[in-house]
Amino acid sequence: MQQPQIVEIRDVSFGYDAARPVLRDIDLEIPRGAVVGIMGQSGCGKTTLLRMIMGALRPAAGTLRVLGRDTAGLGREALYAMRREMGMLFQFGALFTDLSVFENVAFPLREQHGELPGELLHDLVMLKLEAVGLRGAAQLMPAELSGGMARRVALARSIALDPRLILYDEPFTGLDPISFGVISRLIRNLNDSLGATSIIVTHDVQEALGVVDYVYFMAAGRIIAQGAPDEIRRSREPFVNQFVNGQRDGPVPFHYAAPSYAADLELAAT
Amino acid sequence: MNGAELRARIERLGGAVTSHVWRLGFATRFLGYLVLHSGTALRRFRLTVKEVYFAGVLSLVIILVSGLFVGMVLALQGYETLQRFGASESLGVLVALSLVRELGPVVAGLLFASRAGSAITAEIGLMKATEQLSAMEMMAVDPIARVVAPRFWGGVISMPLLAALFSAMGIFGGYLVGVQLIGVDAGAFWSQMQAAVDLQHDILNGVIKSVAFGIAVTWIAVFEGYDAAPTAEGVSRATTRTVVLSSLAILALDFVLTALMFTGGKGG
Repeated sequence: MQQPQIVEIRDVSFGYDAARPVLRDIDLEIPRGAVVGIMGQSGCGKTTLLRMIMGALRPAAGTLRVLGRDTAGLGREALYAMRREMGMLFQFGALFTDLSVFENVAFPLREQHGELPGELLHDLVMLKLEAVGLRGAAQLMPAELSGGMARRVALARSIALDPRLILYDEPFTGLDPISFGVISRLIRNLNDSLGATSIIVTHDVQEALGVVDYVYFMAAGRIIAQGAPDEIRRSREPFVNQFVNGQRDGPVPFHYAAPSYAADLELAAT
Repeated sequence: MNGAELRARIERLGGAVTSHVWRLGFATRFLGYLVLHSGTALRRFRLTVKEVYFAGVLSLVIILVSGLFVGMVLALQGYETLQRFGASESLGVLVALSLVRELGPVVAGLLFASRAGSAITAEIGLMKATEQLSAMEMMAVDPIARVVAPRFWGGVISMPLLAALFSAMGIFGGYLVGVQLIGVDAGAFWSQMQAAVDLQHDILNGVIKSVAFGIAVTWIAVFEGYDAAPTAEGVSRATTRTVVLSSLAILALDFVLTALMFTGGKGG
């Protein structure tokens, strides 16, 4: 039986101005329950695509349906209603620096449900913090946390409202190997235990391939390859091959475009 | 200069003017949106009270100390001039009117812009740079209603209170120097002040000025923070712009308000 699609993108194009398209003819489907990676070099358009799925940007052409809604026609209230069913982990956590860990996780609960009874709020926050292993850090301030811990607190905050769709923007950037292992396992476990769907936008390809069910590979605003992690590892597409194996030269050259080296050193005349 | 250069210069000038007018329009729309979405700040008033603490209470030391010294200097300078005309007993009037009408709102406004305005801009700008505002948007929480509006109202409430405290402290400073140090008669100091300072014409107009300065400074501060480029340099530039624009706005508004309030009528 075919799974319902949580995100459906058809022929979507987008550019901040008409002369420089950022996304071109994107077709993409994300089924319920999957952990899907959107990978590619910095500047390939993957974060723009994520911002579109969040509803922060509207496509210039094509249709984009998220959680059953066409995002093009959504007003502010409808957009906020959609976002209440979504969670987002930002690249560096984006924790509120003036609030403790407890208050950070409590923030979405307070804002969406008003003043909850103290005991209920406490239990809900502790439940989320326990899920990321940081119940003991509830009273710390964000400045007292390591990068990996801050990311885990942000993850607890992003699942506070039990979202149906969780978005991750470069979740592995700047993490040590232990924190990386913790975050990648949490992404997988939380997705499965909450019955959610997850989208990971990343260029940390080796790490992400160990977590995701399916991968879309982007380059220059287009999807150039897609498939299960093993298919991506075996891909013969030159760009994917260079990217996955971290090769110095290939379709993405080592040297930035420049005039000839000899001419630059003024060797040609001698 | 040939025709092409002249044309390029005119185009640059036109571009700069258009950009400033556009930004002013954006700032005005921002203020309108902020006022319309102030429900959260007023319903959950503790959010605004917290900002009154940050903008107002934490500015108390600089306001009170500055007020004291300004009042003391006013008394020294005023006595020096008044005694030439045998009117040294009017020292209290001079100190009180100078402070209540002008120096209280203006100097307190300038200090408020430097201390609280810059802090508000830096805080909102850094929240933007570290994606805290985007995170709120993603939690379906409007950052203008939740972050900006409480800071705006906190500043607007704090400013008249700080100006009043500045004036009160200045009058006390004037009393210390005029009465305690120089020896002006205390009865004359206070009674002439009481007789000459009018509640509506002097004090109320001073309060109106401080409210106007509070709105201007806090509006500039929250707008500059919200509109700051999300980088360290962007936040630094925005903070500087807040202090410069707020100071100019206070001085320009002061001229306009003084012209409207104190010319052509009683005591003008």
